[in-house]
Amino acid sequence: MKLIHKYGAPKRFYDLAGSMVPWLAALTAVLMVVGLYLGLYWAPRDYQQGNAYRIMFIHVPNAWMSMMAYVAMAVLAAAGYIWNMRLADILAKVTAPLGASFTLTALVTGSLWGKPMWGTYWVWDARLTSELILFFLYVGYMALQASIDDPRRAAHASAILAIVGVVNIPIIHYSVYWWHTLHQPASLTLTNQPKIYITMLIPLIMMSLAFMFFYLTMLCVRARSEILWRERNADWVRKLVGSRT
Amino acid sequence: MRKQNKRLLFVLIGLAGVSVAVWLVLSAFSHNLVFFYSPTQVLAGKAPSHGVFRLGGIVEKGSIKKEGLKTTFTLTDLRHSMVVHYKGILPDLFRQGQGVVVQGRRAGTTTFMASQVLAKHGANYMPPDVAAELKRSMAAKAKAALS
Repeated sequence: MKLIHKYGAPKRFYDLAGSMVPWLAALTAVLMVVGLYLGLYWAPRDYQQGNAYRIMFIHVPNAWMSMMAYVAMAVLAAAGYIWNMRLADILAKVTAPLGASFTLTALVTGSLWGKPMWGTYWVWDARLTSELILFFLYVGYMALQASIDDPRRAAHASAILAIVGVVNIPIIHYSVYWWHTLHQPASLTLTNQPKIYITMLIPLIMMSLAFMFFYLTMLCVRARSEILWRERNADWVRKLVGSRT
Repeated sequence: MRKQNKRLLFVLIGLAGVSVAVWLVLSAFSHNLVFFYSPTQVLAGKAPSHGVFRLGGIVEKGSIKKEGLKTTFTLTDLRHSMVVHYKGILPDLFRQGQGVVVQGRRAGTTTFMASQVLAKHGANYMPPDVAAELKRSMAAKAKAALS
């Protein structure tokens, strides 16, 4: 708890995140470049889909991150609400647009893949519909944040939405097992042998890590600018801004 | 009780309440959430007898007959099967042994007029040579089991 308070102070976090951004960004860039090279050139063609399956190297990491970012946002929002942690409020707020873009990317790439493979851009099956609801949850959260001027009250109101929306996450995950869906079940699970050949699995894992570090990089960058804005009247921000002009 | 514990309790009880509510709604609507029916369900009268619905299963080997844009094939869930008539363009993954979902109306006891054919993709990804190798070893195993 002491540690959280030490680094939870906006100024401390601003400095810490600032020193981490270059490392996180470099790691993201390396993973992304190597992952894309391996995924688009090195990995073999699929026995049924040919080259069209390669869109999964973007689709799957974004779909995973759309759910992970939501859980992170809900946990942070809950922590901010329960223990009045200002930093948690900030991190939850800046996660929302990132999560929304992961969700949108997953929906669009899946739709582009669906047309040639399934024969349709969109169907209202349980997986696709619950992922679309996830997108609306992110957008609703952002709208609620934007509609209340006072940051504390905005954080409280939107935290309730974020926490309630978390019930959608297991629905997305299990939709392919609970109901007949057009979407296939997971190829990668924690308990079973992967159903993806190893030379295709390596780029997929690299791309997943790349998007995870991309999220962390952007989280730090966005949290820093949010902190500057909220603390714009504090001495340290005045000093910081003053020293650079 | 401390204010923080009160809020924690509020969040936990709220989340539990919402989860139960959603669970009740989903189990009440689970019939409507099914994307397709299997031939067994259709023949047992569990699918709507009038109107459009979706039928899902595997395209039976050697059952595909093509005549221009018209396609006829047998859709099976390995227990029961139905004959599907369709006119139009088929998706890339449509082939024998593949899972498909067809949308349309029932035209007779075991015939179905489809207006749309969707291919269902499995969860397996592998290169062509590995797939061929797998097929060979499966065939060899089957042969060994027979002799």
